[in-house]
Amino acid sequence: MKKSNKQVKRLFSAPADGLTSLGSSLICVFIGLLVGFLIMIFASFSSSLADADPLKGLGYLFSGPFTALDKANDFGNMVFYTVPLIFTSLSVAVAYKTGLFNIGAPGQFLMGTMCALLVALSIDSTSNATQGVFIWILALVIAAIAGILWGLIPGALKAYFGINEVIVAIMTNWIAANIFTWVFSLDNLSFMVNKPGGKSAYLLTTSSTGNGTPNLGLKALTNNSYLDIGIFLAVVIAILCWLLMNKTTLGYSMRACGLNKFSARYAGINDKKNILIAMGLAGALAGLGGALYYLNPGIEIQYQSVYQILPDYGFTGIAGAFLANCNPIACIFAALFIRYINASGTNLVSVGYNRYFADIIVAVIIYLAGFSNFFKGLLIRFKHKDRDAKQASSLYEKILVKGLKTKGGNE
Amino acid sequence: MSATFILHQTILCMIPLMIVALAGAFSEHSGIINLGLDGEMIFGAFIGCIFCRFMVNGNVLGANTATNQWLYILGMLIGAASGCIFSLLLSFAAIKMKADQTIGGTALNMLAPALVSTFGLMFFNSERITSGGSFQLSTSTYTNAGLTGFVDAINNNSLLDFLFNGIYTSTYIIIILFIFLAIWLYKSKTGTHIRACGEHPQAAASVGINVEKMRYLGTSISGALAGLGGFIYIATQTGTEAENSVGGLGFLALAIMIFGNWNPLWIGLGSLLFGFLKSLAVVYNTIPLLKNLPLPMYFYNLLPYAIVLIVLIMTRKKSGCPKAEGIPYEVGQR
Repeated sequence: MKKSNKQVKRLFSAPADGLTSLGSSLICVFIGLLVGFLIMIFASFSSSLADADPLKGLGYLFSGPFTALDKANDFGNMVFYTVPLIFTSLSVAVAYKTGLFNIGAPGQFLMGTMCALLVALSIDSTSNATQGVFIWILALVIAAIAGILWGLIPGALKAYFGINEVIVAIMTNWIAANIFTWVFSLDNLSFMVNKPGGKSAYLLTTSSTGNGTPNLGLKALTNNSYLDIGIFLAVVIAILCWLLMNKTTLGYSMRACGLNKFSARYAGINDKKNILIAMGLAGALAGLGGALYYLNPGIEIQYQSVYQILPDYGFTGIAGAFLANCNPIACIFAALFIRYINASGTNLVSVGYNRYFADIIVAVIIYLAGFSNFFKGLLIRFKHKDRDAKQASSLYEKILVKGLKTKGGNE
Repeated sequence: MSATFILHQTILCMIPLMIVALAGAFSEHSGIINLGLDGEMIFGAFIGCIFCRFMVNGNVLGANTATNQWLYILGMLIGAASGCIFSLLLSFAAIKMKADQTIGGTALNMLAPALVSTFGLMFFNSERITSGGSFQLSTSTYTNAGLTGFVDAINNNSLLDFLFNGIYTSTYIIIILFIFLAIWLYKSKTGTHIRACGEHPQAAASVGINVEKMRYLGTSISGALAGLGGFIYIATQTGTEAENSVGGLGFLALAIMIFGNWNPLWIGLGSLLFGFLKSLAVVYNTIPLLKNLPLPMYFYNLLPYAIVLIVLIMTRKKSGCPKAEGIPYEVGQR
């Protein structure tokens, strides 16, 4: 009885087996690197890349940020660039689990950035460090609220008017981008813009007002990189998102809406409320990502070109979320992985390639991430084949023994 | 105010938008969400531009005004073919591997700029590729004709002149292609089969339609149209220079497709409206009434997006979204 229970349990857990998921992810990464390597070999035959070395290039891909002379600095920057990506990945993942495709992360990201900078740049706390921390927290809160409001536009139109959230999100992205440049072009806010002598069309950084993200010595530890405490915040929020989605009633009802809106409604779940909550949460996450990126004292933004092109972070967040299979905790690792490969990009230049080779590999891996079910199936089949083979061999032995016995009996 | 200028700007924005939006509709009607429109556009534009560059540099075509239109048409074909080939990556993932179509599209959107920049840097030492051809029909440009009003334009015969000489050949090709494909999708046997696979693939299969084949066909047509749209966008709007971005036009086209409720007629009208509103951002400076308002360029820039949202709220109706889109086809599933 006990044994059969165990067997049943194993049978049902097989498709979602963590080891199998990890295995399929590793297959994706392996094939991605292989494709990258093949492209590098192919490229090394080109006359314009005569000094290219594919083997060294592959090595650089593996070593990521630990290739350059200043490894600590590269590593610190890699972790720092991961922070906004974790947030945008979470934003897409949480919405997707509720059955919504949040393509509006770039707009929410920009709105969060704008409001955070408006707060952080308008109050001077260079002489008062404690005030600086409080203003930093205030800026984050305001950014989250701005993100919530911006995310609620597609959410509310979806919930109350039944309008597809994708179109509204795309439209609000461009509206946000134009508002961003518009606001910082206002005469009243010209004190936030770098004065002549500085870079033109750039905003001041938070280093000028002392409201930047604290780094608690992480900056010095990583040889003057951008690294700050944002990464801890990102990890904590990712874990909170996971708890919300998997361990609370609200998260359960949100996921129920994502699986089947109609049966969720039939079960008495308020799907409109869940759409609003999911989009608001997604907006807050993306807004926080933008705020934490640009509140770093070292990061500057060219506000005049913002309206022309949407920030990458939003769209890379889609990739991060799907690489993580929309699991909030896996989002941390997916974002770290993308940035790890990206970090090798600049180093590839020293062996004759350009930084876009790393982008190709990331794209191939994300493409293959879609095949995860196929790979999982392969792995399970392989595992079963193994078991079948064992069973078959034991059966064979039995038959053999039996045969020998009967043979012996005959003799 | 110059009517021809507004018309010119409207057409410039509308033509690539409407053909890429139709590309999205083709794929979604076959049951595949084509989020990779942006990537397919970049890829098509890039290969088309490289082709034109070789032709011009090798003095084969396009070196003079007599042959540049032929080069333009060939470039469009190459762009469409490369977009079609690139979209096979998506259809393979979505149809054969039953992958999540959103991931496939996102991967295509990341892969295309990376590939384009890599090979641009490798072979041309630049992330931007100039096609080298000039595809405007006549040398006289209509960028600011200085005419006073639409009536004048007709009286002076300049509208006719504009229609025959001032706009790109692609405008007519795209409009004819758009109408043909829209009718084909709804009236032809194959077109109906494609749409059946987007609505209820199992039912389609039960009457002998090869669902996988139809989905491949829909996505390939979609990829071809996106590549074509990308090449035209580059040729007409960015000064025949291909780079690793088409300014998010793929996503915008996706939005216009939803705005048009997946219906080609409304997609065409939607892109016309959007193109017209977009042109306002360029011409508002020349319109005295708008010039005097204390509003910056950014306001006119975001106006089209805001108006689309308002129109959506006012005209909300039954969604024409294909019911089986985004769901991999499983034989025997009900």
